[in-house]
This record gives sequence, structure tokens and C-alpha cells, in this order.
Amino acid sequence: MSLIGEKGVRRILSITAFSAISALLLIALFILTEGLPFIFRYGLHDFLLESDWDPQTGKFGIFPMVAASLWVTFGAMVVGAPLGVAGAIFLSEFVPKSVMRVVKPTIELLAAIPSVVYGFIGVMVLAPLIRTQLGGPGLSLLAASIILGIMILPTVISISIDSIQAVPQSYREGSLALGATTWQTIHMVTVKAAKSGIIASIILGMGRAIGETMAVIMVAGNSVRIPESPLDSVRSLTANIALEMSYATGLHRQALFATGVILFVGIIILNSIAIVALRKRVYKK
Amino acid sequence: MRIRPRYTQWLAVTILGGATILTLAVLVFIIVFVLEKGLPVVNFGFLFTNAEDMGRAGGIFTTLIGTIVLPLLAIIVAAPLGISTAVYLTEYTVETRATKIIRFGTDCLAGIPSIIFGLFGFIFFVTTLGLGWSILSGGLTLAVMILPTIIRTTEEAVKAVPKSYRQVSFSLGATRWQTVKRVILPNALPGILTGIMLGIGRSIGETAAVIFTAGSSLRMPSSVFDSTRTMAVHFYILAREGISSENAYGTAATLIIAVLAINLTAYWMMGRFIAKRS
Repeated sequence: MSLIGEKGVRRILSITAFSAISALLLIALFILTEGLPFIFRYGLHDFLLESDWDPQTGKFGIFPMVAASLWVTFGAMVVGAPLGVAGAIFLSEFVPKSVMRVVKPTIELLAAIPSVVYGFIGVMVLAPLIRTQLGGPGLSLLAASIILGIMILPTVISISIDSIQAVPQSYREGSLALGATTWQTIHMVTVKAAKSGIIASIILGMGRAIGETMAVIMVAGNSVRIPESPLDSVRSLTANIALEMSYATGLHRQALFATGVILFVGIIILNSIAIVALRKRVYKK
Repeated sequence: MRIRPRYTQWLAVTILGGATILTLAVLVFIIVFVLEKGLPVVNFGFLFTNAEDMGRAGGIFTTLIGTIVLPLLAIIVAAPLGISTAVYLTEYTVETRATKIIRFGTDCLAGIPSIIFGLFGFIFFVTTLGLGWSILSGGLTLAVMILPTIIRTTEEAVKAVPKSYRQVSFSLGATRWQTVKRVILPNALPGILTGIMLGIGRSIGETAAVIFTAGSSLRMPSSVFDSTRTMAVHFYILAREGISSENAYGTAATLIIAVLAINLTAYWMMGRFIAKRS
């Protein structure tokens, strides 16, 4: 390195350090320049709140997709958040450390299973079950909610466990010394202290659910309509982009990028909340 | 009415334990289901012959190649950038507003959904830079996607190198870069490799970001400017268009085994790394 020297190395490293943030800005720049002009021309109000999506006649109202995305995410939260948080509490407070050392990596491993595989399970196992037991087309809002709820479990469990374990042991000891049972200690002390981390895990899970594409395309049915029942076939914002991107041109393509803008902005807001919440975590001294 | 604490305790343990077991059962079921249906299809011929008739017959050889090449390219680009970012953040600066912004940007990038990466890769690499649907476009898009993972894990690994190592190196008259190169990086290597493995694992399973940037050609690519199809994309197309559920299961099983193997290697390395530290 004598060729470059200490100062040169520092300079090179300091430039590369901006790679991630420049990538983020580049993504924002390109998505916004492709999508924003369309939103301005079509009008944010019409784009977001009109229910007609018919690219052939130039109608681009994404309200059904917005509603579907919100419902699917809400459903995923109803399925995934309680299970995930319960699992995290049980694993960190009631299970011996040795078991935990095996179970936690196993759960994190499941975050690595490709989303298409989850989608496929939804198509092969869950959708037929819903169709025969509950009626409707099977590929539905309900199926998408359950599959996404399962998909976010690793995120919720893993980050919640980290936050619960970061609560200083002295908090628990103090509570137990006052005569509280383990459960009283957990829900009155430990979970309260780990609250912001647990909330962050749920928000990050929400971000994952809103942004998931392939699994949702496979199990949600993809009809453009405002969902009236959990058994309806719906199309999410992400599915709308992925399904039509391959053949869209002109205004239609701009509308899809505009859909991407809505998604991007929503996710950035969610993530920022989660990042701030994670910073507030109580740390072991 | 007040329920006695002893009962609530019992109730809580039952509910929490039940939820945990249910969670584990569902997750294990998914893996077992796919492997059970898919493994009988997977054999030497399936892996090493080309797909015929859109994947209705034949094997998955070209998609296997695509699945190896794309993540490899992504790592070649992302690893140096990610590692040097992490080294800069941990060894060359103190916490300033700039590092806070870099960290925030990294965290934000980590949360961006893959379809947005797909849109970005399509408009930037495929269209604006004129690379077309190609291995290059797909690999670069994946590189951007896995950058945060590599930065994060490298940072943790570098931070885990004991302070005394640095002090000894400096006291011997080594410069900062010499310390980084000879002392810190070699000691942090297993942790860095873990990050790289996790990045590869994520790229292998990716579909939305790949299908819009690398395309879905089943032909054998001859250069990085050719389009290719990864196993994940192949599986998606087979399953969604109902081309062949048998081959879809086979591809899914191969995919899951690859992802599990890579992640298990990563955890194994991390485990050894932690064991060595303490």
C-alpha cells in the first residue's frame, strides 16, 4: 500500500462508505423521476382514491390495490405478530439457554427460505383448504394474510428476542424479589422494558409484508377489486407492479412506477419509525 | 373477579408455549413438505440436463448456472464495497452526523422490498445504462440489495476484534491501514464470510428483483451480457403458469437445499468465530 499511502487509503474508504447511502439515493431518484411526473399529471387524489384500473382506456386508480395491500398487511399482522411475540417471550424467558441456542438460528434460517416457496405452499396446501372449508376461490385475502403472517415470523421473533434479552437482568431480579411471579415479571417489567424493540420488530414485519411480491401474487388471486370479505381474491400494490411490468409501455409503465413511488414512500416511513424505535432500546450495561 | 397469579402464570406458559410450538411446527412443515415432494425428482440427470419444452421436461441445468453466476457477481461487487464501508465506519471515524446518516441509509436500504430493487434495476441498469436483460444487470441489482447485509455483519465482526489487538499493533509502530490489513481483517474474517454467505443465500432465493433485470431466458448464457434464469425464477414460472408441478417441486427442493446449506455454513462459521472470541 506504499503506492497509495495512509491518506489515500483513508480517502478511498471514506468514498466507498457512501456506497449504501448513494445506492439508496439513486433508487429514490430513479423511482421518483419515473413515477412522480405521472402522479402530478394524473393527480395524487385521483391516483390514490379512484377505483378504476383500466390501462387500456387510460384509467389508473389504484385504490383497490392500496386497500388490498393494507388489508393483507393487517391480516398478516393479526396472524404473525401475536404468534411471533409470544414465541419470542417463551423462548427467551422460559426455555433453557441451550435449547434457545438451537431454536433461534433455526427460526432465522426460515427467513432465508425463498418467498416463492412460501407462495407455492400457499397454492398447494392453504388455498385448497380454504376453498373446501370456507368457500370462495381459495386464492384470497385470507390465504395471503396467513402466508405473509408466517413469512414475517422469523423477523418478529428474532428482533423481539434480541430486545427482550437486552433488558438488564437486574430488572427481573428486582421484580421477582418483590414477590411477583415469573409471568407477572414478564408482562409488567420485561416486556414493558423491551417494548420499543418489540414494536420495531412488528413494524419491520409490516414492511416485509407490504413489500412482499411473489408470494402474494401466487396466493392472493390478483383480481382488481376492493375486498369485501377475507375470502375475496385481491391484488396488492406489489403484485400490480410485477404482473403488468413485463408488457407495460408509455403511460401504463409510468403508472406502475408511480405505484412503486407510493410503495417506496410508505416503506421508508415505516422503516424510519422502526429504526428510531430500535435506537430507544434499553441496553445492558 | 381476580384470577390467582398462580393460574395466570400457568395459563401464560401454556399459551406462550403453544404459540411457540405452533410456529415451529408450521415452519418445519414447509421444509418437510417441499423436500418430501421434490427430492424424488432430484437426481443427477435433473440437475445436469437442460430444460426442454419450457421446463415441462428435462432438467434445470441452465438455471443452476444462472443461480451460481448471479449471486457470484453480486458478491464480487458488494463484498469489497460493503467491507470497506464497514471498516471505515468502525476503524477510521468516530460517531459523527455523517456516520449516523450512513447507518440510517444502510438500515433503510435493508428494508426496501425486492420489487423496488427490480424496478430500479430495470430502469437504471437495463434501460438507462443499456445493459439489457442480462447477468450484469441482475448481478448489479442483487449487489445493491445485499450491500446492507454485508456492511452490518462486517461491522459486527470488526467490532468483535479485541481492542488490545489494535493497541499491540499500534505500539509496534504499525500504521492504521497496516493494522486493519494484518490484524483486524484476518481476525474478523469468519464473521465477514458469514455476511457474504447470508448475502449469497438471499440472492439465490430472490425472484422479483431478478426477473426484471436478468430476464428469464432458458438458454445457456455465453457472456455477462446474456439473459439468464435463476432457479427461483424458474420455479416461479413453472408453478405460476402451471407448466409442470413435478419439475416445480424438484426445483423448489434443490433451491431449499442450496439455501439451507449456505445458511448452515454461515451459522457454523459464526459459531466457530464466537467460540474463538470467548
